[in-house]
Formats: sequence, structure tokens, C-alpha cells
Amino acid sequence: MCNSASPNEFAQKLDDYIDGLPYKKENLIGILHYAQEIYGYLPDNVQWHIAQKLDIPSAKVYGVVSFYSFFTMIPRGEHVVNVCMGTACFVRGGDKLKDELENQLKIKAGETTPDNLFTLETLRCVGACGLAPVMIVDGKVHGRMHEAQEINEVLAKYRPES
Amino acid sequence: MKLKNTDALNALKAQSLKLIETRRVAESVSTKNAQGLIRHVMVCGGPGCHSSDSPRIAELLEEELNRLGLSEQVKVFQPGCFGFCEKGPMIEIHPDNVTYCEVSAEDVPTIVEEHFIQGNQVERLLYMDPNTKERFATNLPFYDGQLQIALRNVGYIAPENILEYIAADGYQALAKVLFRMTPLEVIDVLKESGLRGRGGAGFPTGLKWEFTRKSQADQRYIICNADEGDPGAFMDRSVLEGDPHSVLEAMLIAGSAIGASEGFIYVRAEYPAAIHRLQVAIAQAREYGLLGTAILGSDFCFDIQLKYGAGAFVCGEETALIHSIEGARGEPTVKPPFPAQKGLWGKPTCVNNVETLANIPPIILKGANWFSAIGTEKSKGTKVFALAGKVNNVGLVEVPMGTTLRKIIFDIGGGIKQHKTFKAAQTGGPSGGCIPTKYLDTPIDYESLTAIGSMMGSGGLIVLDEDDCMVNIAKFFQEFTMDESCGRCTACRVGTKRLHEILTKITEGTGTLEDLDKMEKLCHIIKDTALCGLGQSAPNPILSTLKYFRDEYIAHIVDKTCPAGVCKSLLRYEITDKCVGCTLCVKKCPMNCITGSLKKIHVIDQERCLKCGACMEQCRVTGAIIHH
Repeated sequence: MCNSASPNEFAQKLDDYIDGLPYKKENLIGILHYAQEIYGYLPDNVQWHIAQKLDIPSAKVYGVVSFYSFFTMIPRGEHVVNVCMGTACFVRGGDKLKDELENQLKIKAGETTPDNLFTLETLRCVGACGLAPVMIVDGKVHGRMHEAQEINEVLAKYRPES
Repeated sequence: MKLKNTDALNALKAQSLKLIETRRVAESVSTKNAQGLIRHVMVCGGPGCHSSDSPRIAELLEEELNRLGLSEQVKVFQPGCFGFCEKGPMIEIHPDNVTYCEVSAEDVPTIVEEHFIQGNQVERLLYMDPNTKERFATNLPFYDGQLQIALRNVGYIAPENILEYIAADGYQALAKVLFRMTPLEVIDVLKESGLRGRGGAGFPTGLKWEFTRKSQADQRYIICNADEGDPGAFMDRSVLEGDPHSVLEAMLIAGSAIGASEGFIYVRAEYPAAIHRLQVAIAQAREYGLLGTAILGSDFCFDIQLKYGAGAFVCGEETALIHSIEGARGEPTVKPPFPAQKGLWGKPTCVNNVETLANIPPIILKGANWFSAIGTEKSKGTKVFALAGKVNNVGLVEVPMGTTLRKIIFDIGGGIKQHKTFKAAQTGGPSGGCIPTKYLDTPIDYESLTAIGSMMGSGGLIVLDEDDCMVNIAKFFQEFTMDESCGRCTACRVGTKRLHEILTKITEGTGTLEDLDKMEKLCHIIKDTALCGLGQSAPNPILSTLKYFRDEYIAHIVDKTCPAGVCKSLLRYEITDKCVGCTLCVKKCPMNCITGSLKKIHVIDQERCLKCGACMEQCRVTGAIIHH
């Protein structure tokens, strides 16, 4: 994800990646995955850069970025909290978990906390239905999240020690 | 080391058999005859157990065994999913045939000491039947009535070791196809076997291969659809993570049968572990010459590339998936032309689902008759279901087609959680419907599920109980399809939104009886006019709940109540005279809107009540707090 490298280094890395691909235009989605991995998100200038590099209209790049929910055009917080909204979690209280997270983080799903620490998002099914309802922080699954106290304890692990 | 011919493959198999000997012995021989074998500890690495830190348990087991000098006699493995997710993390010990459930990192020293040093089973970690309290070390009731074909190697072999797959008859079906069968014979076997697409629609796989083969072209493609987007379904993920080589082998077989030299696996970016396993498997297959040129010394060349999805449910539809592989927006296009005629980059393309592919190597090895003897008249073989929701034993279940829902939910699934009453089973995800109690004894296959207003879908099976509001469930699925509609056709883009609006009205208590007719009419219009399967099936959850649970809709509209007590706008909490005045609810209420002192009946201020239900959850006296 984001590190301390300068924007130029990012652009160089992205260019090297694209140059190494046997097919370029066909790999637009793969390129966007890679770009999001190094930049953390896909701002206008990165999309523009990719369009020029592949010699395709930037509208096409934007069309693809805006179509897939995995791509984001706004930077995410340091930690990404996902609530599973798959059916198994839903019937075991996934919506209550989402409400409680919104309440504790004081943001709505899709938003980032003002201190840039947490972004709250929803996703559909991570395959841990036995642990429903689940929340996922930075890829780590936390299961059977029923109590406000338990949720608070999980979030606390990601807050800087003060 | 490239395998140059079938003999080399067989020699490698003979050599590799020792890797899984302990586990094979465990199936047939009693523990006494297995003396001297290295013991295998299998720690479930399925998505559920993995989330509960099973890799850490495997690590600790290794450390502890190492510390006690047992690492030569006991080996630790982390295979794919065992299926019994509810009781995870699980470990199996071979050849002792002992399964431990809900193991935690703290249990590791006890297991090593008791089981491996003292030679006793750790009684408290054995599975306990919740009703009879009987403990089981092996033959858990959860696996009774299951038959594993697609999942045969999942949880049995170490997925990152191609040699274990080869030892378990891996790539034998490919060798048979390349040297002992013609492509047309392969297609005939598949047609005779009766295998149908496991992704949802149930199209006969052999026919799909035949159509693709018959299309004239200089290049054809095979695509494995691993874009498992159904919320609540994780069977494809388990196959990819637990037995990736079976998918590769089936794609190779498909390639040789239809005349394709290139294959793609389109896998969700949300499944990083599956992606990793596939990358490892592809690299190993290339290393052994099972992918590439002159495979096993034949003139067949084939290679596989991975393509990643980016979070769009509609990409499970084959034309949309093809556009996504081409690097475009994943919007579906009108069929015909079918992908078998004009697919990826305009060439004939065969798109098969992961579970479908996993069935193919055993069919080739054991023959069409073996497969077609399992199942019902029109649906052959088995189906994997992801059993979840309000059922005791959440997990992956593979049963012969024609098994009843009652068997799956009440025998294998162990019944409903907390002894509540079964209300409905939801199959087929957002494209399926809700099946009420009266159909629990219907043998399920593609036809019977469609006949009762649902569908097989990819195999999600969510159990709903008395606490679930069917209107709210319909709204949940409608919200899903509304979000996931790609927007290309008006019927789906606007239609799903209107349906969602009407459902929201009903759950908020402002719906009218005319809304029901309006909604039903709109459902049929969308079914008839939407461009792809996503839109055409989007109204199913509404139509099936309207058919079987119309009384719940009427209760919301006429009586302004939610019988299950889910829809907040219609709820009203009240404290009855059964209240003993313990003040627990007074303390717990987040709005401080319950008044009452010790040993006096409390009262809820209805004006300020949030309807959060915290009071009812806390109350220890049955019937003291009610909602209606």
C-alpha cells in the first residue's frame, strides 16, 4: 500500500509494470489493480497517465474504474474496516453490526474518519459464514461480532497507543 | 522435471503414494495395522478455520512436536476446507482417525501431551452431538449421507504440493484423454454422464463442449468461471483453495476435447488465498510439463492464465465475464451469438464453473455410467451446498442430487439453532427463492427447485427461522441486485430500483394492497425483458415470498405489524405485568426511556423508544418484555 516513495517513483514502477506486459490494452484491469496497490487509490491523474500510456481514451479508463466496486477514486484511511453483508451474515445480524460500527466510528459506510485512521466499507461474503456476522479489518476476519464491547475491542487494536 | 510420457507420470505417482499413505490407510485399516506409519495431523485451512487462526494452530503444533522430539514421527499439514465450518478450527489425526473440534491455540500442548505422548484421546475436544450428548472421534453425523466427488481431495491433500495430487490419481484422467480417447469420445462420455453446469443455469456440459468444438475457428478458448459472487456461497473458493490442480486438469481435458490451446481462470480479487494457490499450482504444472507444449509427450499444447475480477457480481454472467477479461466494463451482451460461437476476442469460447470442472477428472476415470447412476433422472451426480444461516451445523455439504432439504437441514445440518422453528430455506442466492416448510421433503434437483419457484443457483443454502421477516429478506436481495445491476438495460436498472422502493414502503408500514399487484406485475415485466440472467432472475426472491408468505406482506400492509419483529418502523416494545422489577432493562436502555424502580413494573416511554431491542435481549423473565 502507500509508502514513503515519491509520486515519480510510483509512476516509474507503474510504467515498468506496463512495459513488462505482453498485452497492454487487454490487461487494463490488471494494470488498475497494480496501480491501486501502489497508489492506494486511483486519482484522475493516474487514470490519465494509464490512458496515455496505453493509447486509449481516458473515458474508457474512467468507465472501467467506475464500473468495478474494487476500484476507488478516493483515498482510504490507514485501516479498512469491512462489514460482510452476505446473506448468512445478514440473517445473523450483519446489519446490526454495520449500525454499531457506524455508531462507534461516527461515520457512514463508504466514509473515512476525519483522522484518516479508518475507512468503513461493506462487502458481500468472504466465505466465513460459520463465524457470521463477521467484520474484516485490513484483511483479517473477526467473527461472531454481536456485542458492542467486542467490536470496540477489535477497533482498539488498530488505534495508535496513546 | 518435465514428465515426458504416461509412464513417467505413473512412476511419479508410485513414488508419491507414500506422501498420502497414512491418510489412505486411515480409510481402510484399523489403527493396529497402521503401526510404524508416520502420523499426519491435518489442520483445516478452509476460509472459516483460517479466519479463526488455524495457521497459528498448525505452527504451534509443529513447534510443540519439535520441542518434544516428535517431528519425525508426526507431520503437520494444512489442507483445504473440511466442510464442517461450525465446529472450526478442526484437526484430523491419521491414521488414528480422530477429529478434534473447536481447537484453540491454548489446546495445542494438551493435544500433543495427551494424544501423542500418553496415547489418549482428548475427550473434551471430540465432537458432541448436541441432542444425545454422545461424543464422536470419527464418522461425525455431519458427514453421513454426503458423497464427495467435486470435493474429493479438498481437506485430504496438501493443495500446494502437486505430488500429493498426483498420488491421489491426479492427471491420470488427462493421460487417459490424451492417449486412449479421441476428443469426440471425451465429449460423448460427458454427454452420457449427464453432468450439468454447477454455476446456476444447469446447461449440459457435454453439449456446451460439443457446440464450442463445432464452431469453425483458428483458435478457441476455455474459461473457468471462478467469479463466485453469490453472497453466502463459498464452494468454488473451497475447491480453488483445497484442490486447485483438479481445476487445471479439467481445463486441460476441456482444451484437448474442444481444440483450445489457451485457457483463462477468471477469479475474484476478493479471494487472495485462492489466487495464491492457483499461482502455485500453475507454476508446478508448468514445471512438470503438464502445462505448456507437448504435454506428457503428446502433440497437445495448452497454457492457463489468471485474470482477476474487480468486484462486479454481473461478471458471473458469461458474456459480461468475457468483456471483463478483455479489459472492458463487465456488461453482458445479447445471446445469441453464444460464447460457444463467438466469445473471447470473437473466438469460440467455453465457459465452465469451478465445481463443474472439479467433477470432470473422476467422470473420465470412472466412466459416464458411474456418474449417471448418482442423482435423479435429469440431474446427475452431486451438488455442493454452502449451508448457512440459522442452522446448527454451518458448512459445506456435498450430497447426491435428489437429497431432500429435510435431510440437508435437519440431519446433516443438525436442525435449527436454539430450537427455533424452521421458516424457509433460501436457495440460489439473489436469483433464487424461498422454499417453505411444505416442500422440505421434495428431492432437490434443477427441475424440482425451479418448479417450486426457486433455483439451484451456485448452491448457497440459507436457512431462515421464525425470527426472519420474509419481506425484509426479499428487500435484502432486491437491494443486492439493485446495487449490482450494471445499468445496461432499463428493465433491470430501473425495475430493481422501483421494486426496492415498494418493498421499503411496505417494511415502513406505508405500503398498500395495490402495491402488491403493482410489484407482481413489474416482476413479470422484468423477467420477460431484462437482458441477462441477473435481471431476469432478480424478481425471484419477491415472487417466491409473495407466493408462499403473502400473509406476512398483508400483515405489514393491513395490520401494520411485522410478525417476526424485524421491521423497526412497525415495532412497539411493551413491558407486561410479568415484569419482576429487576431494573436490568432500565440500566441497559441507551435512550434512558424506561422508568421503574426495584420490584415495580417498568414502563417504556414510546415517544423516545429507539426500538433497538436492547431491553428485550437483557430481560431474564420470559414474556416480561414483548414486541408487536
